[in-house]
Amino acid sequence: MKHIVKIFSLVVAITALWIGLLQSSVIPRSHTWLLPVYFVVSLGCYGLLMVGVGLMNFPTCPQEALLLQEDIVEAKEYLKQRGVDVSSS
Amino acid sequence: MDAQNKNQANKYSIIVPTYNERLNIGLIVYLIFKHLKDVDFEVIVVDDGSPDGTQDTVIQLQKVYGEDRILLRPRPKKLGLGTAYIHGMKHASGNFVVIMDADLSHHPKYLPKFISKQMETRADIVTGTRYVKGGGVHGWNLMRKLTSRGANVLAQTFLWPGVSDLTGSFRLYRKSVLEDIISCCVSKGYVFQMEMIVRASRKGYHIEEVPITFVDRVFGSSKLGGSEIVEYLKGLAYLLVTT
Repeated sequence: MKHIVKIFSLVVAITALWIGLLQSSVIPRSHTWLLPVYFVVSLGCYGLLMVGVGLMNFPTCPQEALLLQEDIVEAKEYLKQRGVDVSSS
Repeated sequence: MDAQNKNQANKYSIIVPTYNERLNIGLIVYLIFKHLKDVDFEVIVVDDGSPDGTQDTVIQLQKVYGEDRILLRPRPKKLGLGTAYIHGMKHASGNFVVIMDADLSHHPKYLPKFISKQMETRADIVTGTRYVKGGGVHGWNLMRKLTSRGANVLAQTFLWPGVSDLTGSFRLYRKSVLEDIISCCVSKGYVFQMEMIVRASRKGYHIEEVPITFVDRVFGSSKLGGSEIVEYLKGLAYLLVTT
């Protein structure tokens, strides 16, 4: 099953639930009509929250740049001794 | 290397596509050999006709490390990443294939971790992830991090890919699995990497992740413009509909 079909089925199921709620008056009608809006807005807020949290906790590794420089020096030494051209053009 | 890596006849073919990596290819080969002592592997350099003499350097490296350990399988010109992997695989004698970039953004020191992760879990694919604890990125400004994070949240929300880093290209594949997936992937560029891992996930292959650090060496040049964002969204839509 293609992924879009899965998502579509989910949307259909949620829509059916919403229509069921509309017809059964468990929740006052005025609220029920707005449920899709609430859903989309919550989804948007959740997404933004995830982006913000992820950005704050974005893993960085400044020490890796230094380690890499050391590795490069070591590699150039080794290769130069064995006749590999390591000059930067 | 501990006893775990004296493995039963596993051979790892490391495919490195190159274009104008005359200096980096030597460095990366040195580091691969440094970190994979006691492992049966070969390095397959797929060079797309680099004008800077990359192939000459590879020939020099072959004299140092042996032509059976370093295979030079060039192509006449830039023909794309997907076909570079296919071309490399034709010459691969290992039962596992590693793909990695030649510019040292992928550090060979993670190769033993990929290998042991695969052996522990018997996974079909081990993919490096930059976005979990223990991994990380260096050299990205705030804007770059923002777009990366936004792209990732979008992909996780709508695509449910099963991995935390979709666009990463530092991966270990069981050779038969790579052959299977690559035959159905048609995208280009980094969307190609996304397509590979999503298709693998959909097909039910066992995928494991290893945190890796990524040092972006393309300083200053912004690879993320408006057109890249559009390309990404198109790629996401494509994957939603076809996987």
